[in-house]
Amino acid sequence: MARGTTVVHQYLRHDAIFPHVWCPGCGNGIVLGALIRAVHHLGYPKDEIVLVSGIGCSSRMPLYVDFNTLHTVHGRALTFATGIKLANSRLRVIVVMGDGDAVAIGGNHFIHAARRNMDLTAIILNNRIYGMTGGQSSPTTPYGMYSTTDPYSHIEPAFDISEMAACAGATFVARSTVYHAQLLQSLMEKAIPKKGFSVVEVITHCHVQFGRANKLGTHIDMMKRQRDQAVPVEKAQTMSPEELKDKIPIGILTDMVRPVYNEEYENLKKRAGLTN
Amino acid sequence: MTEKEKVIPIKTNAAKEVLIHGNEAVVEGAIAAGCRFFAGYPITPATEIAEGMSIRLPKIGGTFIQMEDEMASLGSVVGASLAGVKAMTATSGPGFSLMQEILGYACMIEVPCVVVDVMRGGPSTGLPTSPSQGDVMLARWGSHGTHPIIVLAVSTVEDCFDVTVTAFNFSEKFRTPVIVLSDEIVAHTREKVALPSADGVTIVNRIRPTVPAEWFQPYENTPGGVPPMAIYGDGYRYHTTGLIHDSRGFPTDKKEEIKTFYERIHKKISQRFHEIQIVKNFFTEDADIIIIAYGSVARSSLLAAKTARQNGLKVGLLQLVTLFPFPRKAVETVLRQSRAVIVPEMNLGQISREVKRVNAKHSAVITLNRVDSDLITPKEILAKIQEVV
Ligand SMILES: Cc1ncc(C[n+]2csc(CCOP(=O)(O)OP(=O)(O)O)c2C)c(N)n1
Repeated sequence: MARGTTVVHQYLRHDAIFPHVWCPGCGNGIVLGALIRAVHHLGYPKDEIVLVSGIGCSSRMPLYVDFNTLHTVHGRALTFATGIKLANSRLRVIVVMGDGDAVAIGGNHFIHAARRNMDLTAIILNNRIYGMTGGQSSPTTPYGMYSTTDPYSHIEPAFDISEMAACAGATFVARSTVYHAQLLQSLMEKAIPKKGFSVVEVITHCHVQFGRANKLGTHIDMMKRQRDQAVPVEKAQTMSPEELKDKIPIGILTDMVRPVYNEEYENLKKRAGLTN
Repeated sequence: MTEKEKVIPIKTNAAKEVLIHGNEAVVEGAIAAGCRFFAGYPITPATEIAEGMSIRLPKIGGTFIQMEDEMASLGSVVGASLAGVKAMTATSGPGFSLMQEILGYACMIEVPCVVVDVMRGGPSTGLPTSPSQGDVMLARWGSHGTHPIIVLAVSTVEDCFDVTVTAFNFSEKFRTPVIVLSDEIVAHTREKVALPSADGVTIVNRIRPTVPAEWFQPYENTPGGVPPMAIYGDGYRYHTTGLIHDSRGFPTDKKEEIKTFYERIHKKISQRFHEIQIVKNFFTEDADIIIIAYGSVARSSLLAAKTARQNGLKVGLLQLVTLFPFPRKAVETVLRQSRAVIVPEMNLGQISREVKRVNAKHSAVITLNRVDSDLITPKEILAKIQEVV
């Protein structure tokens, strides 16, 4: 076994054989692998990690890993994570969501977690489609594309998840694709220890739904497109909007320091008269 | 005249008398019960609970947070409870409607938490500042799917304290969300109550596992149906999902395991009906006309019953503190002994349907309903009694 695989193996649950919901060639496993390697490199004990998710293909991720794992309801994973972190600040709370989960039904929670700068890490698997329900459009489906609810092509503009996170107040925002698996891991290694609300947006492919509806080929074709579309953020900053059309800036988009909710609340307790 | 009352055994010594309203008493009860996390979203007539918590909790090391909506409020309450902190939210009809999906999730994953619904007129924005009892069936059946739930009702300011403590105790003991139904009248009535000192309140805490981690089954089918609950950081790493799950918490579609799951979450409540179904009997022993009431209407009913007694009528009151699981035994007893029961409610008939369901032609079930924004007065109830006589 390759070393990377050995590490991943140590973190998977082996006490049951699970029905596998991810299609062959899905990018979700790459994200899980990167997450496990990141946590391993950071050296955090499994007991300290709480992996929370919403509902969707991507949100099935926690089941497979030997952390404290919580598979919640559609769109509201961040709210559960907020309660967990406020109840026990020693826990490192990582939240996995799909694009529909995070910015359609969960959009309100997403911007408010960012605004509060809640000490959480959000990993958003953006496949630009509702995978689990069979390929309907999501808020990140690009204009002009097809989905099972866009038989005449999509007429809405798409959200840029990373930009939205930064505007709403997230203090660490980074983007990668699943093609850039090592970059993805290194971004997670920065995002997880970061104090405050950190976001890693992962551009991934759903060749089964999005790919088929838009004739984008196999998962390999779609990953090659990720490779070709990606530009490092540093380079993207020198490019014009025309040049950036159809490009995916990858790397760290925002890394700043802002008061963190959890620390603010500790100060508030003292102002309220808590003595110990 | 006998006045038999099944008192909720939580207070042993009263320490200080205060003049507070129902919402404030809920805050006091919650804190006494050990609640250290509150998340909420402002709504009349429940807001004072959030405001009270925002003042009190940080002083004692707890956490208050105003969330962006009611789904977020209950979500973070469930999260806090999973991490080991007793947690509560409070709302009114519109917010309670929004919470239903996560309420079902809390039933499914068996997380202790308390939800207070201070009822106001509805549906929709309805009558925001007026009393109602319109959410009784919402509390029981609001979330989709087959699930048991505990619903308690408060009728006085003192009840607000006692019942809130009981709600936390039930939620911890049975690993279930517990709903406290208050109404605008109780919430905003000020009266003198004796608050017990901290050591004068009986508190129940969830049972935590002690077995080695490899033996731990988070959803084990124990005889009582309530498996010990590990909290995050304890070293028992386990999976929690809203999917139907096996004893280890993993999703299952095996018919046997699905059956076991449903049976267990129901039996943990049904085996303990005697403990959970709290009622108060007033003058019922020899009564032939009995009022069945809950919430602030129980108060009007008590006065009506007392007045009727003074007029020589054999009238009693069965006050339901527990609405669900519906206290069938106690209701059947009064149905069997009476020639008529009167069920006054500030809705068009919700608990009266339950009473009729268990009646079996023993007694005449007479409803008395009001939804015009006013309370039901003792006079109206008395008039109904006269009619029956
Ligand atoms: C309240 C609610 N509405 C709708 C659904 C149905 N549903 C399940 S997953 C999903 C969308 C999944 O898309 P996304 O979040 O992008 O994740 P993916 O499956 O693509 O990973 C929807 C709409 C649900 N489970 N709950």
